[in-house]
Amino acid sequence: MTLTLGHFLTLGAILFALAVIGIFLNRKNLIVLLMAIELMLLAVNMNFVAFSHYLGDMHGQVFVFFILTVAAAESAIGLAILVLLFRNKSSINVDELNTLKG
Amino acid sequence: MDVKTGFFYLFSVVLLFAAFRVITARNPVHAVLYLMLAFSQASAVWLLLKAEFLAITLVLVYLGAVMVLFLFVVMMLDINVDSMRKGFWKHFPLAGGLGALVALEMAAVLLTGFDQARIPTVVNLSPAGVPMGNSKALGVLLYTEYLYPVQIAASILLVAMIAAIALTLRSRKDSKAIDPGIQVRTRASDRLEMVKVPATVAAPKTESKE
Repeated sequence: MTLTLGHFLTLGAILFALAVIGIFLNRKNLIVLLMAIELMLLAVNMNFVAFSHYLGDMHGQVFVFFILTVAAAESAIGLAILVLLFRNKSSINVDELNTLKG
Repeated sequence: MDVKTGFFYLFSVVLLFAAFRVITARNPVHAVLYLMLAFSQASAVWLLLKAEFLAITLVLVYLGAVMVLFLFVVMMLDINVDSMRKGFWKHFPLAGGLGALVALEMAAVLLTGFDQARIPTVVNLSPAGVPMGNSKALGVLLYTEYLYPVQIAASILLVAMIAAIALTLRSRKDSKAIDPGIQVRTRASDRLEMVKVPATVAAPKTESKE
């Protein structure tokens, strides 16, 4: 039994599903939400790398490179906003972030 | 089942276990540490896929920088975990059902839809047909065909860095910093006062007691 493309894609799918479950479960904890988003990006990257290997196309790996760049920027700004939020409200509970509500 | 398959299942099991613990861990610090484990296992899986450069990048950039940033932030914030965990399992049936649905649907499609016979097996990972390493092939692509996207990515990183610094920068209340504008606008007469002091001063009379 050798590894096929389906194995890696299934691994990515299960990882993505776990991240979705994590977003449902940790609706209140902003920092775990950010971690679940990172897991989702990892699942997507896994699919890109698997396709790149099995289809023999290098462009998929270049795309993963850019996704990593954007994900790093996203998490840096997200964590900065998180720190700012905690400084102002002393909490990162998503339920309490309703000051913009009309 | 060859060695590669065995390693794939080993890494996958650890990866999925770590991902599960990330979303269920009580302590956010444990969640970050499990996330680091998950990323290291993912980089091992990418090594199986012969994407060496990206695997090393994942370890260096993600484990080395982003996860440490997460860890710092989690440790800086004083999070009340118990109030966060309230109603944690309330939505588990819905979440578990949806997650299982997503995973099963995708597995059903992917495991049957992508059999080896139907995908083109042109393994030509080097652009010019010359056999070269993964890093070199990626670099050739990045610096020729993707030159402008690389520049855009660099500016995105710069903007992200400036934004993160600008968001979290604050001046301390007890800071003794001075405003240069005010400092420049001052005149000499505000600062310096000439006082006429006589050269000799009569000695104060001392009351002598005898």
